[in-house]
Amino acid sequence: MSRIQEIIAQYGDKQGGIIEAYHAVQKEFNYLPEEAVIEAASVFGVSEAQAYGVATFYSYLSVKPRGKYIIRMCESAPCHVAGADEVIQAIEKELGIKVGETTADGKFTLELTECIGQCQATPVITVNSEPIFDVTPQKVPEILSALK
Amino acid sequence: MAKEMRVLLEYADRIDPASAEDYIKVGGYKGLEKARKMNPRDLIQEVKDSKLRGRGGAGFNAGMKWSFVPQNVPIKYVVCNLDEGEPGTYKDRIICEKNAQALLEGMAICGHAIGSNQGYIYCRGEYPFVVDLLRKAIDSASEVLGDFNIEVRMGAGAYVCGEETALIESIEGHRGEPRFKPPFPGVEGLWQVPTVVNNVETYACLPYILVNGAPWFAGIGSASYPGTKVLSLTGDVVNRTYFEVPTDMTLREVIFELGGGIKNGKKFKAVQVGGTSGAFIPEHYLDTKIDFDSMGAIGAALGSGAVFVLDESRDILDVATRISKFFEHESCGKCNPCREGTFRSREILERLNAGKGSEADLDKLLLLSKVMQKACLCGLGQAAPIPTESTIKHFRHEYLRKVQ
Ligand SMILES: Cc1cc2nc3c(=O)[nH]c(=O)nc-3n(C[C@H](O)[C@H](O)[C@H](O)COP(=O)(O)O)c2cc1C
Ligand code: SF4
Ligand code: FES
Repeated sequence: MSRIQEIIAQYGDKQGGIIEAYHAVQKEFNYLPEEAVIEAASVFGVSEAQAYGVATFYSYLSVKPRGKYIIRMCESAPCHVAGADEVIQAIEKELGIKVGETTADGKFTLELTECIGQCQATPVITVNSEPIFDVTPQKVPEILSALK
Repeated sequence: MAKEMRVLLEYADRIDPASAEDYIKVGGYKGLEKARKMNPRDLIQEVKDSKLRGRGGAGFNAGMKWSFVPQNVPIKYVVCNLDEGEPGTYKDRIICEKNAQALLEGMAICGHAIGSNQGYIYCRGEYPFVVDLLRKAIDSASEVLGDFNIEVRMGAGAYVCGEETALIESIEGHRGEPRFKPPFPGVEGLWQVPTVVNNVETYACLPYILVNGAPWFAGIGSASYPGTKVLSLTGDVVNRTYFEVPTDMTLREVIFELGGGIKNGKKFKAVQVGGTSGAFIPEHYLDTKIDFDSMGAIGAALGSGAVFVLDESRDILDVATRISKFFEHESCGKCNPCREGTFRSREILERLNAGKGSEADLDKLLLLSKVMQKACLCGLGQAAPIPTESTIKHFRHEYLRKVQ
């Protein structure tokens, strides 16, 4: 049994558990390899098209490989007025990639997100879902260099 | 001086939210004990009498919703909506982080009322730490909850999954696309059985209603939407934080007294209440009470209780353009008026915002707004044009400034 099969099997008897299974796969692989979608389809008794449809509907699931650290910038209105655009520019400059891309060394992926519910401390970014508060362009180099 | 009234958040930071024992020490689970001694019909009547209305946005009477659930069906579900996707909103996270046990108790009370022993909490994917907290809280409460089970399911980043039927689809493991209604979830919901879907805050009010009585709750705040409401303040206010207030507090009191006024000595320009799908309101409406019906009367909505404040220096058209991008991104694409409408709105707004639009574009936006409000399948598409429509209504001069 492959590792992916092992992970998905743990959710097999959970009705509707495909999204939970996908979360678990992503926890280890950072994205959903094709094998995960095919395996999930057979375990949860849906067509591969349906399993793929689920994998591509949700913004936190990805069928494309991503970096070790997924950086997400919130761009909803409260973060927008607090200066999200400037922060994004600073991150792009620091990493040398654009939104949606992954660094050549496979370390960082940069994505945009909508509100993550931490708007008491805008603008906010997340690193692998961990929120970082009151980010400014000046703080960006320090935040990124702390990620090994 | 306007003051907070803490009911749900009275013991915030003084008890461990994961610990049933801590919660019981401050009077917790007395409401459930009382509810379980009542017959379900009387319990539903008690909740109706309290006039508790949904805290998730639609303001539907909670007891009334429960009364639609058929009685002689063996399996039914109690579902909690912790999707909290409305930008600018973080009150359900706060309620869980401060008082998670009250949510569990409220769900168990609902379980007794409708005859269900299985609950689900659907938590947004952005809150994995809340999922962990809730699982601990459920473990800790297993004894008091007795034969009422609660399972936590995590979403994966889709605003539309806050819509109750999309949420149900998502728990079932599908794409989160809203269903046609009727049938309503109360009759045919999760896995085709009767299901009550309520917001976190709605459930968390129940223990206090049971302990203190329906007349007590009905007597707090505004008569038609009584109780307290947890608000989350964002944007250009001094105190960007949460407050629990009686529902008859005015917006001015919320922003200028609790919120401490506008940051950096600037002046107020506008406030958007209820999240990103709400209307923008100018200064002359600030003496309106925050309750559901008072907000509705000025063309706004209490919604999720988000209060997003803009100071005089903010560019309303730029903010409206940003919001239109949100809706285009979050539209699930199931129905045409929303899929195409959110796309076209964003396109026209970007043109205007770039100084390349014309006054005729404003008429196009208003027409599109009417179509979407009438023809979209779910609340996402129906509410998407509200920020645009309200800013054209109240801040037309700002649009015209950028028109060729
Ligand atoms: C697009 C959309 C998003 C929604 N998001 C939420 C949400 O995040 N939380 C919530 O409680 N209700 C949300 N709702 C409202 C729910 O459909 C439903 O009315 C609510 O959960 C019922 O609970 P209540 O009666 O206790 O408010 C949303 C509705 C729509 C149309
Ligand atoms: S209104 Fe929008 S979000 Fe709702 S069902 Fe239609 S396309 Fe989907
Ligand atoms: S708007 Fe960015 S966290 Fe809420």
